Amino acid sequence: MRKLWRDVFIILVPLVAIFALLPSIYSNHLLLFNFIIFIVLSQGVNVIYGFTGYLPFGYVGFFGAGAYGFSLMVLHLQASPFLAIVVGVLAALALALVLTPLFRLSGAYFSIANLAASLAVLQVVANPNLEDYTRGPYGISLSGIFNPQLAYATALAILAATVFIVIFLRNSKFGLALQAIREDTISASMAGINVVRERVIAWLLSALIAGLAGSVFAWYASVFYPETVFSGEFTIFAIVFALFGGTATILGPILGVVILYGIYNAVGISTPQYFQLIYGLLIIGLVLFLPNGLVSLLRRWGIDVP
Amino acid sequence: MLTYTLLAGFLFGLYFTLIGLGLNLVFGVMRIVNLAHGDFLMLGAFLAFWLFSLFAVNPVPTIPVAFFIFLLAGFPLYYLLVPRLLQAKDPEMLSFILFFGLSQVIQSLATILWGTSERSIPGGQLGRAVAGILSFFTGHKIENGPIEILGQSFPAAWLASGLASGIGAVFVYWYLYRTKLGYLTRAVMVSRDEAIASGIDVHRVSAVAFGIGLGLAAVAGVFAPFMLGSITPAMGSEVTITSFAVIVIGSLGNPLGTILGGLVYGISYMFMQSYYSSWANLLPYLLLIAVLLLRPNGLLGRQARRA
Repeated sequence: MRKLWRDVFIILVPLVAIFALLPSIYSNHLLLFNFIIFIVLSQGVNVIYGFTGYLPFGYVGFFGAGAYGFSLMVLHLQASPFLAIVVGVLAALALALVLTPLFRLSGAYFSIANLAASLAVLQVVANPNLEDYTRGPYGISLSGIFNPQLAYATALAILAATVFIVIFLRNSKFGLALQAIREDTISASMAGINVVRERVIAWLLSALIAGLAGSVFAWYASVFYPETVFSGEFTIFAIVFALFGGTATILGPILGVVILYGIYNAVGISTPQYFQLIYGLLIIGLVLFLPNGLVSLLRRWGIDVP
Repeated sequence: MLTYTLLAGFLFGLYFTLIGLGLNLVFGVMRIVNLAHGDFLMLGAFLAFWLFSLFAVNPVPTIPVAFFIFLLAGFPLYYLLVPRLLQAKDPEMLSFILFFGLSQVIQSLATILWGTSERSIPGGQLGRAVAGILSFFTGHKIENGPIEILGQSFPAAWLASGLASGIGAVFVYWYLYRTKLGYLTRAVMVSRDEAIASGIDVHRVSAVAFGIGLGLAAVAGVFAPFMLGSITPAMGSEVTITSFAVIVIGSLGNPLGTILGGLVYGISYMFMQSYYSSWANLLPYLLLIAVLLLRPNGLLGRQARRA
């Protein structure tokens, strides 16, 4: 428990403080908001991939479910944003519960099925036949509740909650149990760990994180298309950021987002194809030479990273 | 209408088989997921496009050329990427990310070289070659144009791609069951460790399988301008997803299951298109999830894999 509070003070508090102060120094608030969203999503991937070894290739499905749960509440019931966030999270959790049978699959099968599930949700949401309910392919516009300051503050709170979840996983019996399941399922269950229950809890936690991120994204963006919030790029970026920094650590995904998303914004906007090239080469190099992320490099040099 | 839907589904299903065949061979032998599969198909499509528009080469002779170029390109690529990947702790998962990176590199290079505009080859080109070949074999002259089967007429390109897919499937069968190298390949597919223990050069076997996988993707690419519409450097991602649906339905790692997967996929796709078109795009994903949950190893899978 002492280590938990140490991690809260040396990582969580400074991180939230930095993102709380930056808007008054730096004027591109959208960029700062996107940084927060990507840190939250990478940590969400970290919870399920880093701690249980299941690679959620359709992770964006929860993000999109959150965004649509939020938007539909606001559109049809004129709900307040905070109530709508609760519904967005419930939508993401419901999707996660529906998808729990996927855990019967292992390895690549799970990832492919998860990817298919997220694309299936996109096809349903964007279907012109459902225009009366979801606005189909024409997208959502929520100008009535537009309030970037409050949405940014909410995103900060979500960031704090997400990082706290990961800190808890790093420093608790529950997190250890998950890692034991990842390393050797049968031995873990012999040691008295309820494999199915713990895995489902991690899965729901990770969906909860993405649902929160999706809801607040919908609030902040307020105008978006189904392809925006179900874009596979969210999944890929979140996974690559998490891997680049190092999974099953607290600092890894944060480092990954700051470095890689930083590079993306420096070169990617003006010449996307050159960024895509650099990015692809970086990913290949990363997997071949540093499969455990930057953090493993620091550890090799004897620096202990939480 | 019913006959047409069935036959069209059959022809398209054969094409989907061709798309999935290479991907499944690679997964079966190496247990790695080649997310760049669709991008190799795209490169094959552009090879056919450039050979046609620069040198007026008909797509039919391009087929063997594409196969051999990509077969040979597969060896260095294999030795560059895979042996190092297999040293990692969880190669199956990491291969997702590695080949995603490769797919990004291929797409970006293709965009830098050729831009993002859509390109196509006139459909009559393939039809002329098909009519020529048919006339040669049947002995009497066959007109260029749609071909009649059971009273339904289909574009000659569909027939040609169906034919090529059949040849591709027979080739994979012949390779796996009638050659020495195929015998070793099947040994690696069953158990990699035991194959190593019995002195099989696993990397050589895998490199050949990888090359064949890329070659088959490129052959499918040659038909892409006729079967999938116009071609762009970014077309690969969607193709990759479709081929995943096909091979998972068939059963992952069993190249011959791909034939069944392709046919099931093609026929159900055509039925959705004809009778319920607005939801047709949902089909591949639902089919994939349903098959995974009911028969985690696909329709022809042997034993269940449970954690």
